[in-house]
Amino acid sequence: MFELIFFSLLNGIVTGLLLFMLASGLTLIFSMMGVLNFAHASFYMLGAYFAYTISEYVGFWPGLIIAPVLVGVLGALIERYGLRYVHRWGHVAELIFTFGLAFLIEEVVSFIWGKETKAYQEPEILQFALFTFFGQDFPAYKAFMIFISIAICIALLLVLTRTRIGLIIQAAISHPNMTAMLGHNVPFVFMGVFGVGCALAGLAGVIAGPALTTFPGMAVVLGSIVFVIVVVGGLGSLGGAFVASLIIGLMQTFAISLDYSVSDILSVLNITPDSEGALRDLWTLSLPQVAPILPYLLLVLILIFRPTGLFGKRES
Amino acid sequence: MSEITNTQTDEISVPFVKRFGPWIFLAIGLIVLPYIFSSNIAVYTMNLMGIFIIFALAYNMLLGQGGMLSFGHAVYFGLGGFMSVHFMNYVEAEVVVLPMFILPIFGGIIGLIFAFIIGSFSTRRAGTVFAMISLGVGELIAACSLIFVAFFGGEEGVTGDRTMGPEILGIDFAQDIEVYYLIAGWAFITIGLMYLFSRTPMGRMANAVRDNDERAEFIGYSQVRVRLVSFCASGFFAGIAGGLFAINFEIVTEENLNALTSGVVLLMTYIGGVGFFVGPIVGAVIFTLLQTLLSNYTEIWQLYVGLLFVLTVMYVPQGLTGLIAMHIPAYKMKRMSGLFVPYLRIGVPSAIMVAGMAGFLETVHHVRSAAVGETMMSLIGIEFDTHTVVPWIIVCGMSISGGFFAKSQVSQLREAWDTANAPQTSNEGASS
Amino acid sequence: MKIRSMILAGAALATLSAFTAQAAETIKIAFVDPLSGPFASTGSSGLQQFRYAVDELVNKKGGVLGGRMFEIVAYDNKMSPKESLIQFKRAIGEGVHFIAQGNSSGVANALTDAIKKHNKRNPDNRALFLNYSAVDPVLTNAKCNFWHFRFDANADIKMNALTDVIKVNTDIKKIYLIGQDYSFGKAVAAAAVRFLGEKRPDIEIVGNELHPIGKVKDFTPYATKIRASGADAVITGNWGADMVGLGKAIGDTGLEIPIYTYYAANDGITKTIGAGGKNKIRLVHEGPLNPPRTEAYKAYHSGFKAKNPDKDISQFRIVNTIQMLAAAIEKAGSDKPIDVARALEGMKFTTLHGEEIVMRAEDHQMLQPIHISVHTDENITFDSDNSGFGLLVEKSVPASDAALPTTCKMKRPS
Repeated sequence: MFELIFFSLLNGIVTGLLLFMLASGLTLIFSMMGVLNFAHASFYMLGAYFAYTISEYVGFWPGLIIAPVLVGVLGALIERYGLRYVHRWGHVAELIFTFGLAFLIEEVVSFIWGKETKAYQEPEILQFALFTFFGQDFPAYKAFMIFISIAICIALLLVLTRTRIGLIIQAAISHPNMTAMLGHNVPFVFMGVFGVGCALAGLAGVIAGPALTTFPGMAVVLGSIVFVIVVVGGLGSLGGAFVASLIIGLMQTFAISLDYSVSDILSVLNITPDSEGALRDLWTLSLPQVAPILPYLLLVLILIFRPTGLFGKRES
Repeated sequence: MSEITNTQTDEISVPFVKRFGPWIFLAIGLIVLPYIFSSNIAVYTMNLMGIFIIFALAYNMLLGQGGMLSFGHAVYFGLGGFMSVHFMNYVEAEVVVLPMFILPIFGGIIGLIFAFIIGSFSTRRAGTVFAMISLGVGELIAACSLIFVAFFGGEEGVTGDRTMGPEILGIDFAQDIEVYYLIAGWAFITIGLMYLFSRTPMGRMANAVRDNDERAEFIGYSQVRVRLVSFCASGFFAGIAGGLFAINFEIVTEENLNALTSGVVLLMTYIGGVGFFVGPIVGAVIFTLLQTLLSNYTEIWQLYVGLLFVLTVMYVPQGLTGLIAMHIPAYKMKRMSGLFVPYLRIGVPSAIMVAGMAGFLETVHHVRSAAVGETMMSLIGIEFDTHTVVPWIIVCGMSISGGFFAKSQVSQLREAWDTANAPQTSNEGASS
Repeated sequence: MKIRSMILAGAALATLSAFTAQAAETIKIAFVDPLSGPFASTGSSGLQQFRYAVDELVNKKGGVLGGRMFEIVAYDNKMSPKESLIQFKRAIGEGVHFIAQGNSSGVANALTDAIKKHNKRNPDNRALFLNYSAVDPVLTNAKCNFWHFRFDANADIKMNALTDVIKVNTDIKKIYLIGQDYSFGKAVAAAAVRFLGEKRPDIEIVGNELHPIGKVKDFTPYATKIRASGADAVITGNWGADMVGLGKAIGDTGLEIPIYTYYAANDGITKTIGAGGKNKIRLVHEGPLNPPRTEAYKAYHSGFKAKNPDKDISQFRIVNTIQMLAAAIEKAGSDKPIDVARALEGMKFTTLHGEEIVMRAEDHQMLQPIHISVHTDENITFDSDNSGFGLLVEKSVPASDAALPTTCKMKRPS
């Protein structure tokens, strides 16, 4: 049991930190521009595919730098020539634009790279077990993922709080008009933040690609979870996104690891449910079975009872 | 959004033909269509269209009329389908005796019930919060459908047999054409009801709340209640569409209520045009055609649909119906003829450009996916070798020269457009 | 002048009618499987195998019924039951009467039902369902029908063969079952529980897990759970992206136990698993790939690889499907579905591998030898995914031993 808890904890942290790399960019974009970027996870997928192609020619490590930069530039271009153009039609149109973009990027990816799973591998140097605990290996690559995510977290924190650019960004988040009046080029800041957010998602894709397999559906399976994090954490709150990422990451791994079901509770209470009625599936419901819906349950509950999210201060 | 509000003239004094003409035309059209397009596959496509027309119109009660962007509206469509297919099975098992054509009403009722339950908390807010709740609820119910196998049938879904109901006038719905008339009948009724809803004070208030909820409150309407009523009505009609789906396909699965279906209905409604009552109808027809016809000719049709969608959102946010509606002022002033030649001058090179680009994509796709040694491919009946230079020069040349000439014609089109609409000072359609 | 133009018109008409007659003569086979979405790679690989089999084994030999060619028409069903029915209707509309489908038993369940209804309602325009890969046992038991023929061994038969191998492996004391949460995954789990209970009651089933199909992004928690359960072996029916993820995650935890699978090879899976799965992954399948048994198969395989270097003959049953369909049409002397179906019932056939197989008449289930192979890079003649790794036959179970009785009570059209 201890072994299960220990490894679930580690796996949960790996997933949570990975999700945070996506969520941090999304929450910055959302709080500045008020746009929930549906295509954010698509940039994550693009990161993985770019890095895969780069690794085919020059290996894994250059891809770690080049792929996120490419994704970031692409993101900035899309903001400049796509999103900013659509902005004139209003918020709903912007949301629908990013929704369509997500659809389009998936099609483009399967057009360029094909539909099959790509054999994007972790670098040879990281293909060993970092430590063995109760006979179970912990791959070094997972540790590397944790390391990169934490490094990015710290870098992000430092940039936002210790640099001039970070202060301008913070100002633009809370008072965009006032910041513009002070002579800062707010549209340029928007474009930059959008690009950096996409680059972060791309970097997450680069390191997640080998671990979670690289295929055209990889954006969809992660896409809506990232929204859940941003909304649950609270709009515009990086700290909230961090906490929510870890909660969701841990929740998903632990829900799969722990085999408790409704029938266990019922048997403790000495109730024997009928096994024929329309609700029969409810009585056999187990925790691993409901694991995929827990994040959405959390989302709906948070939106009903605390629309500002855990740490947020405003609704939209 | 505000410039595309429903601003039809008051129709109390409108003569009979003008008032009922479109409806009579619609009814005759629905009856005659299968005689024009009589092949099996055509009837099948029209059945699909009918179902999605109802669904898209129901969706537009939220998006277009109420300004509520939902990412989970397939929930009500799917639940309606499941309820109807269960009733279909009750009929087969002779638990209840019902004629088959009445089944969609049960779909509508379950859609209404669930819309009321979910709407009671989700419509408290509009905008992004509403959109996020709809997404969450959508994912939640889609995931639940795989867990509660007794009702949803798991991954395989629930099947039924539509021919098992009591025969009425010798119709047992064994053939698709019989189902067509069933769908057409329901479509006619629901289109009428949804149109009437948009004319009621409640429907008008939905527009008001969409445009400015505070003002609507000042008049004395609760914005939450207005949204809830729209939401319930929309859920009801979506459920009816789901019920028709169940009759047509005799199977309802998880994908009827998942995010993909929710996305598809958003897509078709938006392409059609959210600001117009007929917009979703146009969108549903065009999307179904794209889906069934385009996929016959090309494997990468989804790429084209994606491009079309993104380009629509960017450049024609009023949708295709909006594009047509832009020409109404010029048409009324009888100046359409002045636009004909400029359109031709820009249309021909644009068509060449599009054809060139599509040819390029198709050729690339063929080179990548064909077996080794299989270098011949055929496009619109022309056979050529993809491993020679000539086809590439042709498709690239078509795209570039077409694009170049099209661009050079933009200014003359703009001029012609301005002259065609010149004296009209306050024309709303052409404001873009 | 007038006569001349009449002759010209007549000639034009004649060529036109000759053309249409020739077009009508090709026998079309609809391929209804996913060509987009998470399972597209499995579908498109199957399509290439069908195309090659048709060209090589039927059309190059002069076709059937004195020169009528086969043609494969691809329909993308996105692995959705609903979309499959749409594509089925389309195929019927385009004059196709043979429907081949294999990926997902959920789809096959919907399709067999739809074809049954269609044939009942349209007796003059019937269709025949060639199921080449959907192995939910129910299709040839409770839900069997006259128009459905299954060319793959069903999940129970495969599990019967697999447990024969596990039976003699005394190292295995604890087994973990994991699968996709749909009819096929459930069928595999139920069969495993049943046969292990019969053959090795001492084996403890330490886990019986179903996960959502095509939606799990990270299998590590499942792998951790398997590891923590102390299992000595894993049985899974996973396929496509779900198999890649599971295989990778189990490999990462450093588990050194055998993993018995149904589909852990080809379409990128072998390459992704690579050295991590050597001598661990085992596969239950038909058609003994390594070592190859006949020259005829060697030539066929090499020819396929020359034409499709990135693909593999991952589903040998496709070859059997095409060859047996051609043989049945010849035997019936007609391509009417009902005649072909009657010819297929009870048909005996020798495959390219030289194995004797038979289509059992009472439930339309193919009875064939089953092989259990191991994922390795030693003694491999034909590797998978060009990775150097491939499947080496460890043990074979003859058709008669693997076969199981059926509960099918088939209603035959008069």
